[in-house]
Amino acid sequence: MDKHRNISMAAALSLFVGLATAGHADEFDTEDLKRWQAEFMSVVEKGDRLFHGGLKSRNSVSCDQCHPNATNTHPETYPKFQQQLGKVAVLGEMINWCIMNPLESEPLALDSDEMIALQAYIHWERRGVALTPGKH
Amino acid sequence: MSGMNRRDFLKKASVLAAAGTLPISLVELAFGKGDPRNFTFAFISDSHITHIKGREFVRNWDRGLIRAVAETNLLDPKPDFIVYGGDIAQLGKPEEIDHGLELLSGLRGKVHFVMGEHDYYVDLGDYWRKQLGPDHYSFDHKGVHFVVLNSILTHDEWMHRDWPDGMARMKEMARLDNPNGSPFMVGEAQRKWLAGDLAKVSHDTPVVVFSHSPLQKIYKGWNFWTEDAEQVQALLKPFRKVTVIYGHVHQIQYNQIGNISFHSVMATAWPWPYPSTYRQAPSHLAKLTVPMNRADPFFERDATGWQWIDVHSGHVDLHYFLPNNTNRTVAFDEQLGHPVDTRYQDPAKRIPPQEHY
Repeated sequence: MDKHRNISMAAALSLFVGLATAGHADEFDTEDLKRWQAEFMSVVEKGDRLFHGGLKSRNSVSCDQCHPNATNTHPETYPKFQQQLGKVAVLGEMINWCIMNPLESEPLALDSDEMIALQAYIHWERRGVALTPGKH
Repeated sequence: MSGMNRRDFLKKASVLAAAGTLPISLVELAFGKGDPRNFTFAFISDSHITHIKGREFVRNWDRGLIRAVAETNLLDPKPDFIVYGGDIAQLGKPEEIDHGLELLSGLRGKVHFVMGEHDYYVDLGDYWRKQLGPDHYSFDHKGVHFVVLNSILTHDEWMHRDWPDGMARMKEMARLDNPNGSPFMVGEAQRKWLAGDLAKVSHDTPVVVFSHSPLQKIYKGWNFWTEDAEQVQALLKPFRKVTVIYGHVHQIQYNQIGNISFHSVMATAWPWPYPSTYRQAPSHLAKLTVPMNRADPFFERDATGWQWIDVHSGHVDLHYFLPNNTNRTVAFDEQLGHPVDTRYQDPAKRIPPQEHY
């Protein structure tokens, strides 16, 4: 089992090295940076729309009703011990808690496009705030 | 307060608090110990009744108002009247206003209503006024002059933009953090009315003003703001004792500007974060305010609450009764000349849940 994994990892590595040497180095310019930021912001904007009534909400309640500009979501504090859940949780689990309770709706898969967009928006509104993992 | 002294009242109120309290406010206007003019009133605000479809409404917001009504009816002494501070509806729909009024119809006592933006922007307040009457008025009660203002008007250009329909306009204004919103205001016509109304009142008469938005400027981005606040304050300046009590903000706030004490009341629906926690824009919450406790979302009535308000010789004390939290008292300090929290005002006495970040 271990042997097989080592072999396949080695194969993957040589493939990667081979591609990298045959193709382009990972050198990027300001146009790349602009493009990547634009890609990110398009997901932030999607998250903004979901946060402001764009989610499928059974009772029409939306995230922004309690969290204007995504305040009181504290993405900088996750993962943290969520005493009400009795465990260390990630932000996505709290987002799903809100979707299931105040919104009375179906939770999202943690790796779904919608969940990623919501987190992109929440983090963007919180930009510049120092990370304080675990802070209640 | 006839037949009952303050201690008895507080004792009963504490029993009520222990039984599980609600987002209402009981107000006492006191002219001095034993004065026969002393009286109380209750305050309920910001229920945001939300229609889903048919006879379905958002359960959480319904429960907040149902509890408030039930507990108001348990108050002893019975309040002289009740004030509803605005935002009975979420989107101003007749279904929402009717359902809210149906729930409020259980109240035993006269209710004075304040217009909120969520009641107004779908039809510019037509249905609300049809059910409840004028949106600005005054009345006198046992020596105090009360004024109700509609402070959630806005610029005519925004109000009468080329909206697809009233609901489109309502939804824009219903979003608190809307960058395309428009600031609240009392407006020139109402300020003129207020000047005329106050001209008939002696400057020694305590004046209590109810508005939905704060008649002071805290944070424009969420309309914790009234655009012509200074002009309204100027009309209130000649009076020795003035108190403004407002809803909209869903949190504890208090302030003193000159002769005017400002107090907010809690919502029955849900709490709002303090604007200072939004790091991308500056805001101006009064330094005087010791914040409410940060909300625990797992207890759906947390960071909602009710206040018993007590005006000594025309000045206001607020007693906040907060479900599953330590009750708060914000009292007018005669020596300092402004409201203070009787337990937490000293920074050394504050507790971790009051830290908002």
